[in-house]
Amino acid sequence: MRAADSAGRPIPSSVLSLGAQPLVSATAHAAPAHGSHEEHHHYTTTGLDSRKIAVWAFIGSECMLFASLISTYLIYKGRSIVGPFPHTSWTHPQTGQVFKPILNIPVTSASTFVLLMSSLAMVLALSAVENKDKPLPAGAGLGDRMLASSKLWLWATCLLGAGFLAFQAYEFTSFVHEGLTIKTNLFGSTFFTLTGFHGAHVTAGVIWLGTLLAIDYQRGLGPKDALNVDIAALYWHFVDVVWIAIFTLLYLIPD
Amino acid sequence: MATVAASPTYTSYASGEKAGIMAWLTTTDHKKIGTLYLHTSLFFFIFGGLEAVLMRWQLMKPNQTIVTADQFNQLFTMHGTTMVFLAIMPLSAAFFNYLIPLQLGARDVAFPRLNAFSYWVYLFGGLFITIPIFGWMAPNGGWFAYAPLSGRTYSPGINMDFWVLGIQILGISSLAAAFNFATTVINLRAPGMNLMRMPMFTWMSFVTQFLIILAFPVITIALVFLQFDRFFGTNFYQVSAGADPLLWQHLFWVFGHPEVYILILPAFGLVSEVLPTNSKKPLFGYGVMAYSGILIGFLGFGVWAHHMFAVGMGPIGDTVFSLTTMLIAVPTGVKIFNWIFTMWGGSIRFTAAMKFAIGLIALFTIGGISGITHSSPPSDLQQTDTYYIVAHFHYVLFGGAIMGIFSGIYHYFPKMYGRYMNETMGTWHFWLNFIAMNLTFFPMHFSGMLGMPRRIYTYDANQGWDTLNMLSTIGAFLLMPATLIFIYNFFTSKKGGAPAPGNAWDAATLEWSIPSPPPEYNFAKIPVVHSRYPLWDLTHPERTKDVPHTDAGMVHTGEHDVVDMHIETETFTAKQLGIPMPSSTIKPLWTALGLVIMFTGLLVLPHNKTAGFAGIGVGASMLVGFLYAWLTTPLEEHH
Repeated sequence: MRAADSAGRPIPSSVLSLGAQPLVSATAHAAPAHGSHEEHHHYTTTGLDSRKIAVWAFIGSECMLFASLISTYLIYKGRSIVGPFPHTSWTHPQTGQVFKPILNIPVTSASTFVLLMSSLAMVLALSAVENKDKPLPAGAGLGDRMLASSKLWLWATCLLGAGFLAFQAYEFTSFVHEGLTIKTNLFGSTFFTLTGFHGAHVTAGVIWLGTLLAIDYQRGLGPKDALNVDIAALYWHFVDVVWIAIFTLLYLIPD
Repeated sequence: MATVAASPTYTSYASGEKAGIMAWLTTTDHKKIGTLYLHTSLFFFIFGGLEAVLMRWQLMKPNQTIVTADQFNQLFTMHGTTMVFLAIMPLSAAFFNYLIPLQLGARDVAFPRLNAFSYWVYLFGGLFITIPIFGWMAPNGGWFAYAPLSGRTYSPGINMDFWVLGIQILGISSLAAAFNFATTVINLRAPGMNLMRMPMFTWMSFVTQFLIILAFPVITIALVFLQFDRFFGTNFYQVSAGADPLLWQHLFWVFGHPEVYILILPAFGLVSEVLPTNSKKPLFGYGVMAYSGILIGFLGFGVWAHHMFAVGMGPIGDTVFSLTTMLIAVPTGVKIFNWIFTMWGGSIRFTAAMKFAIGLIALFTIGGISGITHSSPPSDLQQTDTYYIVAHFHYVLFGGAIMGIFSGIYHYFPKMYGRYMNETMGTWHFWLNFIAMNLTFFPMHFSGMLGMPRRIYTYDANQGWDTLNMLSTIGAFLLMPATLIFIYNFFTSKKGGAPAPGNAWDAATLEWSIPSPPPEYNFAKIPVVHSRYPLWDLTHPERTKDVPHTDAGMVHTGEHDVVDMHIETETFTAKQLGIPMPSSTIKPLWTALGLVIMFTGLLVLPHNKTAGFAGIGVGASMLVGFLYAWLTTPLEEHH
């Protein structure tokens, strides 16, 4: 090994000895890449696992996806020629039938609460997975044992997510019964597409979390799986944050 | 002159485990995937070119009937769609694949299997959207498919269904690739390779990935709306239901203008490699080049409505978008000047690659100047929808992106195949291409200013366009022999070209510090980088004495196979060196096929419910099943 680089500058000894460094990885603190087999600790520039970076890039892309949907909803707000309308009642000019304002804000507030609670459960699930190897404190009570159970919190997240979807199914069905479909007017087209896209994201999240739960039952999730759970959690929280925007802009702000 | 670190002394024999077609179907090697991208996109490039030639034949003389009006509509729609989505973008992707890991000092991309998935989705999506033209059922609403024109009312056939679903498929491929390459650049740089030491091609590609990540979701949503309108009777573009007829235009161009930079920035990056190497000087104004690329990326999202000056946005909208459009010319002009100053005072070697790079500077400048003329709304109102616009964007896309890509192919061919392309044929290709390109597109400035509209399938004699159209058609015909020379050169040089050493052009960056073609593992020992021109530090220290050299960014990687910057001359197998490689797998291909079957089911749905739902069901099951199989299999096997 040479002791100076091409321009004659000396190279620090720390660089020269790099080749002989023991295998102490910069990524040793990061969670392993795959839980199912023995690990190679690949060097990465940031020290983060590449999948975590890719998920952030994906979330950036998803922001633009929902921004396009929400913008279209806002642009078309109040432009529907026929009802039903979200916040005002409408009388059919021919039949004289009166359509009430269609949004049911109390019910959707409840479903929003359910979805936000699922984020809390998600945080607890990740924490339980990360701390799986730590022994319970002496004289641990029921609360401590509950907090340590990744299965419990994954179940809770899944069920709360599924609960939100059930609310959405109820909402969609009742809107159709009240005379609003995706074809009815601009409000119907934009509303069902936007909230339907969000619902599809929640569905994907529930399936993802269900898969993690299945793995937990199969072989148990531990700290080495924390990254996998962490990535799912990032996605799940993102989908929740999007709902906060949708709930505010669609439901809470009147025409 | 520094000594070269000794290469490991293993017995050298040829690498490669699998042979035949299965090796290609199952590959996860970024270099093989890059090669697949290159060949597939060259095929589509020629196909799109033939579509253009057919149109020029039709327009050679007034009142010709070589194709019908509807066939002409299909030709211009598919020519644009093919060149943008199936030729230039994937030609750039070929270089992303091949070069980004090599230029960063990495052994592969961050997600090798996702990379294979991107390629297969591109291939199947490309076939999905291309095959209908053989039955004259191809999309016929223009490459930007303006709604409401592209809605079911005005485009009732299956034609635009192919477009709506096909572009959606191709978008998935581009997005998956963009997440992959952005992550690769962020996370897989060799020790010491900080951002301001990355080769300029990787820099421009990095900016491009962010443009794809942020622009493609917008077209995804615009397409979802259009698809719902066409398939499920929604009202997004139904003006009778109160919809805004400009919604599509806004959504499309919010995607479409960044797309322009997605097409050109990688070509800018390629010539930024070719020019310094062949001028034997570092790139002039490296930092400014990188920042101007970033600035182009930012401003690229703020100029979209200059495509819409004719729709009556009002004085404020017109003014804002006019000003941002003029502004974006500044970082682009900076690049032009930096390339010229890179050559200034250099001892220039006129390789074929260099000629194409200089060709890009000249022709892109012409396209840039005509672009400035329609940044002014009153001027644009005279030009919009005329052949003047056609002239403009062919100067930037053919004269810019394609010339840059040709430059890149001549320059990197020796790296890919270990042999040079024939320089004499390259020179013939360049001059014929250069003359034919100008003969085709320069007269269009005049035919446009004389009032010839775009997209007309024929015209009456004696409007002052006859000679100009004849010239354009002669030029288009001449582009065929030019391209044939290139193709002949490309395929014969793979076996018959002069052998090329690892550093075929005496270049400065990491991809040239390893053998040509690169071994499967790329770098036997990952190099530690001290400057922007690590290889010149070893071979030509006098050229790099003015660029910063520090040890900043040096980290203890913990990897036992990281050593100081060195040159590798021998090729081994990964097995011999004990380097873990991603396993070959067919699963990304099946996953991609499932995706495309699902979309085919959607296409059939309005015509045959049973077949449609069957297709969607089979495709979705394949997609999910193989995705699970892929995700639950580890990436690497142990040697």
